[in-house]
Amino acid sequence: MATPQRNVSISVNTIFFALYRDLVGTSTLEVELHQGATVADLVEELRGRGAPFDSLPTEPATAVNQTYAMPDQRLGSGDEVAFIPPVAGG
Amino acid sequence: MHCHVGPEEIDSAALLSRVGSDEDGAAILFTGVVRNHADGRPVSGMRYDSYVEMSQRELRSIAAEAAERLGTDRLAVEHRIGELQIGDISVAIAVSSPHRAESFDATRYVIEEIKKRLPVWKKEHYEDGTNAWVSGTRPPGTSTPSTTSS
Repeated sequence: MATPQRNVSISVNTIFFALYRDLVGTSTLEVELHQGATVADLVEELRGRGAPFDSLPTEPATAVNQTYAMPDQRLGSGDEVAFIPPVAGG
Repeated sequence: MHCHVGPEEIDSAALLSRVGSDEDGAAILFTGVVRNHADGRPVSGMRYDSYVEMSQRELRSIAAEAAERLGTDRLAVEHRIGELQIGDISVAIAVSSPHRAESFDATRYVIEEIKKRLPVWKKEHYEDGTNAWVSGTRPPGTSTPSTTSS
């Protein structure tokens, strides 16, 4: 039996709101990525799955653990990544 | 400073009574209200969605910034979410300060920052039964200069 590999992947909790939730049809999704993956990598992984995730923009705004993030931000296991459609509060 | 995001109806009089002091000569109450039209289309209601935990934090940050920049911490702000009817208050800001300039400036600052960066979205319900998410703005700190799409 092969020895299980450790620390080769991370798991992040993605959440979708408003328009993006309507587009992908779910409000939460757990995604596995490679160690050292960035927000941009997460977006690419999701869009690469085809419909409905390829309806997300190529560079959506995101927040990691409730702080707005740049596409090159590194992710850690257990991070909460929210996909943020253009905001319209008030 | 009182900052709240939630589905409860906003009591603007109660919000105003949270600010004010013997040193303050000015007090302002701003209310954002659901109106019955948007870009010429009749609107019958509005649904507000939010990343609530982050909105609470971001709203507290906005209030703290306003207090620091504008010299008054007599400030209270509430944003409502959920299904709202025409005439309902969606957001209310109450500020007081010794002189009127700070109150005007702080009120303006808070509402403009809410619109720029609070993770809140609104869906307009139209008279013909259709609905649509209002197109908004990309919050600061989410894109590199080369980003063109949102």
